[in-house]
Amino acid sequence: MSEAPPPAPLLQVDGVSVRFGALVALSQVSLEIARGEILAIIGPNGAGKTTLLNVVSGFYHPYEGRIVFEGEDRTRLRPYEVAALGVARTFQNVALFKGMSVLDNIMTGRLLKMRGSFLLEALYWGPARRQELEHRAFVERVIDFLEIQAIRKTAAGRLPYGLQKRVELARALAAEPKLLLLDEPMAGMNVEEKEDMSRFVLDVNSEFGTTIALIEHDMGVVMDISDRVVVLDYGRKIADGPPEQVRKDAAVVDAYLGVSHD
Amino acid sequence: MTEPGQALAPDQDTFPKLVRANAQRFAHKVAIREKDYGIWQSTTWSDYLEQARLIALGLASLGFARGDKTAVIGDNRPQLYWAVMASQALGGVPVPIYQDSIEKETQYIVDHAGARFAIVEDQEQVDKLLNVKERCPRLEYVIYDDPRGMRAYSEPFLLSLAELQERGKKVEIGQPTYFDDEVAKGAADDVSIICYTSGTTGLPKGAMLSHRNLILTARNAAAFDGVGGDEEILSYLPMAWVGDHIFSYAQSILLGFAINCPESAATVLHDLKEIAPTYFFAPPRIWENILTSVMVRVEDAARPKRAMVHAFLRLAQDIERARLDHRPVPLWRRLLYPLGNLLVYGPLKDNLGLRRVRRAYTAGEAIGPDIFLFFRALGVNVKQIYGMTEASVFITVQRDGDIRLGTVGTPVTDVEIRVAEQGEVLFRSPGVFHGYYKNPDATRETLEDGWVHTGDAGFLDHAGHLVIIDRAKDVSRLADGTMFAPKYLENRLKFSPYVREAVCFGQGRASVAAFVNIDLAAVGNWAERRNIAYTSYTDLAQKPEVYDLVHQEVERVNRSLAEDEALRGAQIRRFLILHKELDPDDEEITRTRKVRRGYIAQKYAALIEALYSDRDHVPVEARVTYEDGRTGTVRADVKIRDARVFAAREAR
Repeated sequence: MSEAPPPAPLLQVDGVSVRFGALVALSQVSLEIARGEILAIIGPNGAGKTTLLNVVSGFYHPYEGRIVFEGEDRTRLRPYEVAALGVARTFQNVALFKGMSVLDNIMTGRLLKMRGSFLLEALYWGPARRQELEHRAFVERVIDFLEIQAIRKTAAGRLPYGLQKRVELARALAAEPKLLLLDEPMAGMNVEEKEDMSRFVLDVNSEFGTTIALIEHDMGVVMDISDRVVVLDYGRKIADGPPEQVRKDAAVVDAYLGVSHD
Repeated sequence: MTEPGQALAPDQDTFPKLVRANAQRFAHKVAIREKDYGIWQSTTWSDYLEQARLIALGLASLGFARGDKTAVIGDNRPQLYWAVMASQALGGVPVPIYQDSIEKETQYIVDHAGARFAIVEDQEQVDKLLNVKERCPRLEYVIYDDPRGMRAYSEPFLLSLAELQERGKKVEIGQPTYFDDEVAKGAADDVSIICYTSGTTGLPKGAMLSHRNLILTARNAAAFDGVGGDEEILSYLPMAWVGDHIFSYAQSILLGFAINCPESAATVLHDLKEIAPTYFFAPPRIWENILTSVMVRVEDAARPKRAMVHAFLRLAQDIERARLDHRPVPLWRRLLYPLGNLLVYGPLKDNLGLRRVRRAYTAGEAIGPDIFLFFRALGVNVKQIYGMTEASVFITVQRDGDIRLGTVGTPVTDVEIRVAEQGEVLFRSPGVFHGYYKNPDATRETLEDGWVHTGDAGFLDHAGHLVIIDRAKDVSRLADGTMFAPKYLENRLKFSPYVREAVCFGQGRASVAAFVNIDLAAVGNWAERRNIAYTSYTDLAQKPEVYDLVHQEVERVNRSLAEDEALRGAQIRRFLILHKELDPDDEEITRTRKVRRGYIAQKYAALIEALYSDRDHVPVEARVTYEDGRTGTVRADVKIRDARVFAAREAR
């Protein structure tokens, strides 16, 4: 997929810098995400990976540089506006409503798609009811897709960590995103859970054609599932290319894999 | 529909013909429900026929010939039941395979059966078949139902069920009578399915069953136990298991009742509650799990609720025990039962999804009498059945109002049972299989003049109920030739809450003697309530009061043995309580808690000799291995007791 980049990338990050006071979290980072690809963002702790996702999803605004999504500059949008454009994300530390059922948590992913007045919703009548059923039907498709039928009615907070991560992915998918940002989707998982999650990421990509950018530390997973890898170090992009190529890159080996070369 | 006999109407002598009749008789009646996307989706009998017809015609377009085998692999899904019928409609033979089989097992069966077609549930099964296809030269097409994850597959022999049915539609236009013509060619004695049984030794054997086998057995069993056309069942046990085939396929089609496919393996208990079946099968392990989950929740309840539940459960169990023994139930108890039903039994059954159960079966291993009694006391009509693949399942069923604990019931209509010289149970019935596919040697060993050797040792008790003792090869004899089944005796002893383990000896001896391990928790509790002080297991085990307690249990077992002629000679004459617990660390039992008889006989040879002498105690010194690996010695003076042996008349 990476050899012939499509004419218009889904997302362009153009010379973006982010500062927190004197700390430069991102410095002049540029990258593109093509439609339909799986991009992995890797780098040592503190390299600015999560900051990059936060800039893309509108939590932070860059100090300089531009973010272009589907050809439109939207550097200064707020998170909910970004979400409405079709960008969904999961968080490094699971951010679910712990007391709510899995089903309700996933339904919140549909919020931006819901139309209608407060009054109609409250009465649950006519169009409101029809709309609720449509959204529920879509959520059920996601539940089926991620194989979480058995926990549909379970409170999210009672689930093991690996399943919470999966529910978070489900909530993101419920928003029918064009771009899905996953912040360490496999952190803290055992081998089997990682395999399941990898399969789901690949399936989401191939079944729905969703473009995915993910931060991941497990190099095995990164090499297996990503089409392209971007490497950050101290807020700078130091490599960008297909996994095999990045793995051999001397600068990457130095910065990240930590193997001394003689 | 339900009158017994061997005759079958020629227009209703195969399953495809029966489905066609159902599509007319019960066109709008629900045949299969499946929970999909969180909702129970129903399909009717006319859908059943239509879907199966399109699958069959699709198969025909790929060159399906009469006699071809179709491997069917996956969870219980309507599409796979239709696939079974579709292959039968074309004169083919479905071969269901366990969905969790590893590649090697799947390959063996696909190859041995010579399957040309495979209809499978999803990518997981497709991957398995792709990996073994090289080694299954006869396998030509793999058809999958769920297209998820299949986008990147380009193998020319792969197609989706939807594509297959599309092809079927085209055939239908060109040859509108093809399906009906093929169905009409089917005959009662055609092989309708090959079920591979996973023998405990050696390779799986494919038992061939005909339409007649299954239709007659399904019909006889239904008539015997009053199964009707309005049943609801949950189809959650593997399709490759002959039991699911007879309940969810044969009986459902024959009687026209609805089957319900759960959403996924993980949601079965949820789905059970939603469906509340009227006809239910579960192996003892599942009954045990349900009971445990109930008890755990009861223990979590507030004290008054807990006390109420326990009191009412005790009441119900006392009543049920009296009923099974045909003893009168005191009036006050009978009056209290409806209150218990309102407060405890009803809500509990409702919560478990067992409220509407008219009959529930259990089979496989022996079910503990406590578990059995628990569910029966709640008003769930749990019954033991005894069956096997080679019989098209049903051999015996416990009949309503005639249930004896420890038996598996009486022979179903048209089933004859004989106990061979060596104690092996033989049967003959309309369900007797046509032999093992491509395995005449195994067929000869099992099938003799129409009689099937079950490999189980057992006997018919005085009331004509079959009792299964053990696998025939594990049964031995006393010196005078009396049948002696150690595992049966040990299980009987272990039914007591105070007995944790037991080891019986007697092969080649004049009488039976037993080692008993008490249950430290249960006996310890019992001792505390009686102010009996003890310091350790060894100390407690040798208390005269504990010996009295175990003595009662041994005599209870002897009394029940005396009821049956075949077992009367093998009552326990002498016993002792071991001074230490049998422990896997000491290699006396396996990690799965199976007694290692030979090793124990050798290790405790001195104790066994003492049991067969006239001494009443024996000093011992035993090495024990502690948890941390250190070893030590335990010294004790083990007492030996004589138990009373009962004659036939005293037992009643």
